[in-house]
Amino acid sequence: MKIAVCVKQVPDTWAEKKLDAGTKTLDRESVDGVMNELDEYAVEEALQIAEANSGEVVVVSMGPEKATETVRKALSMGADSAIHVQDAGLAGSDALGTSLALAKALEGKGFDLIIFGSESTDARMSVIPAMVAERLGVAQLTFANNVEVAGSEVKIKRQTEYGYDEVTGSTPAVVSVVEKINEPRYPSFKGIMAAKKKPVETVALADLGVDAGQVGLGGSWSAVVEFADAPPRAAGTVVTDEGDGGVKIADYLSTQKFI
Amino acid sequence: MAEILVLVDHVDGAVKKVTLELLTLARSLGEPSAVFVGNGADAAIATLAENGAATVYVADAADLLLHPVAPKAEVLAKLVADKAPAAVLIPSTAEGKEVAGRLAVKIGSGVITDAVGIDADLTSTQSIFGGSVIVKSKVSQGTPIITVRPNSSPVEPVAAAGTRVDVSVELTDSAKKATTTNKVEESKGARPELTEAAIVVSGGRGVGGAEGFTVVEALADSLGGAVGASRAATDAGWYPHQYQVGQTGKTVSPQLYIANGISGAIQHRAGMQTSKTIIVVNKDPEAPIFEIADYGVVGDLFSVVPQLTEEVGKRKG
Repeated sequence: MKIAVCVKQVPDTWAEKKLDAGTKTLDRESVDGVMNELDEYAVEEALQIAEANSGEVVVVSMGPEKATETVRKALSMGADSAIHVQDAGLAGSDALGTSLALAKALEGKGFDLIIFGSESTDARMSVIPAMVAERLGVAQLTFANNVEVAGSEVKIKRQTEYGYDEVTGSTPAVVSVVEKINEPRYPSFKGIMAAKKKPVETVALADLGVDAGQVGLGGSWSAVVEFADAPPRAAGTVVTDEGDGGVKIADYLSTQKFI
Repeated sequence: MAEILVLVDHVDGAVKKVTLELLTLARSLGEPSAVFVGNGADAAIATLAENGAATVYVADAADLLLHPVAPKAEVLAKLVADKAPAAVLIPSTAEGKEVAGRLAVKIGSGVITDAVGIDADLTSTQSIFGGSVIVKSKVSQGTPIITVRPNSSPVEPVAAAGTRVDVSVELTDSAKKATTTNKVEESKGARPELTEAAIVVSGGRGVGGAEGFTVVEALADSLGGAVGASRAATDAGWYPHQYQVGQTGKTVSPQLYIANGISGAIQHRAGMQTSKTIIVVNKDPEAPIFEIADYGVVGDLFSVVPQLTEEVGKRKG
């Protein structure tokens, strides 16, 4: 079984993120990059499925050279090899451009499963897995909090507002996983050393047959017109409980017409 | 007037509030038409007509329900091709965003997710980085597809024709490749859905354990609100993960958010700081969550919260 796991380097979850005044896109240079937290669950799921089905795991990532750190992390967790989609022309791509480049990098490689985290912690659109499934014309099995693979049959529990839906499909399939589906492993020292020798293929737009006009900031079909810091919230009232804290909140809620 | 398509979010014809918000918003942009996919159209049409839907497109063939996400995108794609609407509005839920994504690829249009407002010229406002930055964006290609967050617009009913127009689509093979075989409900009682609720009551580390959440739940129930939890509480296993509010969980923007025993790390604030009114109960006066509180009480939540619950019960009679 051949499994692709797509990972994205994002600004550290705890860092303050900024938009660049010129391009009006996320300033990725001024903050530390980390593997998108939700992608760690995707890597773990890919490794577990590969271990149970004598499969191989290929890391696929689109991003600038700096994203190599995230690719290496996935390799040090145990993935076998990587494809790094890297091209200056991709900077500023919208979700359509990103999904196009990823789909081109993934197609024709014989992947049975393509696993994503359910969203990135920077853009938080949560649309790339669905877009890639649409582009590749394969089963979309997304927002999984459980994945079972039996031969070519894949069954997931799709997390919903009310519980979950059981959704099935056949390989090849796109899967996205939610937080807490598993417990991502930490890279071992041995894993970190081994990762340095694992093959990473770097591919550019021309290798993918993607026209530069279809991606990047210029090829985006939506654009930021303007942005500004949100106005700070007006300072509120803070009191210390003197045995009547609950009553005081109720008074406040009454004045605001909540009760 | 330009036609604006609004995808209806519903459960077997019971229309969700976010749909009515979108119909209200759509009226400021053009003439709203609702797009209903699934069972229960008759019940839904009445509600949609009362909320301004001039037309209700209905796609209720059995095979549309067998497969998640893709059929809705294919129904919308057909309507965009046939009717040339000015925009497509979709509730910004997990599924809604996926429908928007597939639709964008299908019809070659730009997509904006998680809008909190839309101007008459279809410029969308988004609140990003956990509410710290306000962005105005515009789709430059095709028919703008915009997903809109729940609680972004009021609901203002106005009677309209609600004329039913049946739509049939031949699903593509790729739309049939994933099949829903079972729907399992494990929701907690009759509480509203977290992302849609007008009132959310949350608990964090200060709740101290799973049993402590009964205090939080009691307050939520007295107010008719949903229950949320911080990552510290879900990571500790005190409350189910799907109720996590924060950067890696749900984003909520209710009228009222009550944070109990939550310190207010950026991880949590990112998921709730666009709430209209924020109440905080925390015994640590230095907790950063007090910075965004409209009203805060420094005290033990196990005395303050039950007292508040009792007061709410009394005042509601």
